[in-house]
Amino acid sequence: MATTKSQSPRRKASSQDDGPVAATKTRAKKGPGTSSPSRNGAAPLTLDTETTLDLYRKMNVIRSFEDAAQRGFRQGKIGGYLHLYSGQEAVATGLLSFYQDTDKIITAYRDHAHALLLGSHPNEVMAELYGKGTGLVKGKGGSMHLFDVENGLWGGYGIVGGHIPLGVGMAYALRYQETDGIVQLYLGDGAIHNGAFHEAANLAGLWGRDGMNPTLFILENNNYGMGTSVDRATAMTDLSAKFDSYGIEHEDVDGMDLFAVLEVAERATKRVRETGAPYAIEAMTYRIAPHGAADFLERYRTKEEIAEWRKRDPIGLVEARLLESGVAEATLDEIKTEARAVVDEAVKFAEESPDPALEELYTDVYDEGERG
Amino acid sequence: MPVMTYREALRSAMADEMERDESVVILGEDIGVYGGTHLVTDGLLDRFGPKRVIDTPIAEGGFTGAAIGMAMMGMRPIVEMMTWNFSFQAVDQIIQNAAKVRYFSAGQAGVPMVIRGPNGGGVQLSAQHTHSLEGFYGHFPGLKVVSPVTPHDAKGMMLTAIREPNPVIFLEAGALYGTKGEVPEGEALVPFGKARIAREGTDVTLVGYGRQVNMLLRVADRLAEDEISAEVIDLRSIRPFDEQTLVESVRKTHRAVVVQEQWRWYSVASEVAAIIQEQAFDDLDAPVERVSGAEAPAPYARNLEIAAFPNEQQVIDAVNRVLYR
Ligand SMILES: Cc1ncc(C[n+]2csc(CCOP(=O)(O)OP(=O)(O)O)c2C)c(N)n1
Ligand SMILES: [Mg+2]
Repeated sequence: MATTKSQSPRRKASSQDDGPVAATKTRAKKGPGTSSPSRNGAAPLTLDTETTLDLYRKMNVIRSFEDAAQRGFRQGKIGGYLHLYSGQEAVATGLLSFYQDTDKIITAYRDHAHALLLGSHPNEVMAELYGKGTGLVKGKGGSMHLFDVENGLWGGYGIVGGHIPLGVGMAYALRYQETDGIVQLYLGDGAIHNGAFHEAANLAGLWGRDGMNPTLFILENNNYGMGTSVDRATAMTDLSAKFDSYGIEHEDVDGMDLFAVLEVAERATKRVRETGAPYAIEAMTYRIAPHGAADFLERYRTKEEIAEWRKRDPIGLVEARLLESGVAEATLDEIKTEARAVVDEAVKFAEESPDPALEELYTDVYDEGERG
Repeated sequence: MPVMTYREALRSAMADEMERDESVVILGEDIGVYGGTHLVTDGLLDRFGPKRVIDTPIAEGGFTGAAIGMAMMGMRPIVEMMTWNFSFQAVDQIIQNAAKVRYFSAGQAGVPMVIRGPNGGGVQLSAQHTHSLEGFYGHFPGLKVVSPVTPHDAKGMMLTAIREPNPVIFLEAGALYGTKGEVPEGEALVPFGKARIAREGTDVTLVGYGRQVNMLLRVADRLAEDEISAEVIDLRSIRPFDEQTLVESVRKTHRAVVVQEQWRWYSVASEVAAIIQEQAFDDLDAPVERVSGAEAPAPYARNLEIAAFPNEQQVIDAVNRVLYR
């Protein structure tokens, strides 16, 4: 993950019936859900074992990374806010499998996984969390503002909903500049109630009518905006239906099931690329981690609820599939060990890295360059 | 030199740059088919088409944010705020994104864009439609803020603004769109961070920007009748700020009156006064005077509105105080 770009997972010609799973709304809202036939009627997706193992490895690196970040936070080595992606891995892993070089990715503050999946070096990501000069953004942004423009990551934003208009404008630019790129724009179930979403979605629909808005909205519905559950935030809890207001078509997916996400992601990215019109995916997911590393009490949900969702841990689901297909447990253990080693190395790198030079305080405030 | 209105000067700068650079586009409410609420963009839709002159819905936060995204991709968007009063709906985008993306991305992303529109009062628009936002926007590192008053500077600073690699808050003198002045042809760029001495003098320095400069020139005429020679400085660039021109003038005159339409507390005039006392304390013969807008939301009635903004007599009174007359 550190060095190579994600490859689009290859599909096998054969089809099986243990294919994609699209959780129904009510099920996902009330609990972790169970497998149900794809309501899209699309061909079930199967991956070759090698590709699945690769994605499994990536998900494990993300999980280990987040665990280590949590430890670093508790030890006081990581400051500020720290939002972990644990539990949601299948969403970004699936979607970013279809990343192409011309694409742009933009998300909120829960952004470590996106950076890692796009090819940012775990060392640099961890060093950023540690506020070191070797960090992805030189220690200037921290956990919430990861940027790796060369690898397609355009941030990393801390104001809920505030990045959504940016993503829509980026998509306009991609077509104005006549590229075939698309924007993958991630947002949370909490962000969808912010005015910024509604203004931006309206523009996306409007501009998309003329093929000028290849935005793929990825609504990561983990059922909570901090401690406020979806049904305490809106009377209209079918969140993706809000896209209807802006002429943007959408579908839901079981965001705990990597294979379901992959199936939707392949179709959706292709569609947005071809039409230049926006599309939305609501991924029903769950954060096993607290909202932020400092969310100790978690009064807003029960231990039982978390335990229930853990049964459908996205990594566990992939693991089950791999075991079923005959991969040895030892192979999986080895991958987990490797993932931890990658992260141990990242922590070591971060701890040993120097603080940013004090001069950095005043650099990058303005672009001092001239332009003709 | 050709004579143009302030409005035409702005339009000609935008059109020239759009002609020169395909990455320049304009977005805003009713800027295309309608022609612009103040007709600044009139005719541009016909010339450049709807992909470059983009009529938007009434969603300041949305389209300002989208323009930031375009700028990050290398486009050069110009956002028209129908008036700056509506920019409060876009303030989150302007401050939290435009001003900071370069910094928190450690220079990986930049925001070369212009946000422009009429600023300030004077035409009885009352409380919600009357603001002078130089101090407000000038507060934030990462933004550049300018406020030209002559057609010459309107064009020259707009050319500079569009070529800037940073986000520019371009505060137009809303009451002056129809005023005429000489504007040089071609690429007569006016740099940011350079104040203009609008009139030379030796006894007192009058400092202002935007439409107050015209008032200060009238005041200087009146003072001349009393044999008082006033120097008038048009700041025109609020951030970056030309400390040198200001301080040199005060070293010469030893007295300063700073005039602004905006409210006094935490304002540009306060900053100017502080700069003078820091850098020319020993040259001062009197405390720096500030003349500002009345500390109330802008009223509607004509007489009240006139009373709410600095007037010539207030400035003359302040000059008399610094001259101990
Ligand atoms: C405008 C704004 N208001 C409040 C906050 C504080 N805050 C940070 S995250 C968050 C919850 C957002 O929830 P959601 O969009 O569902 O994303 P998630 O955290 O679940 O990934 C809140 C309220 C903020 N950062 N920005
Ligand atoms: Mg949420």
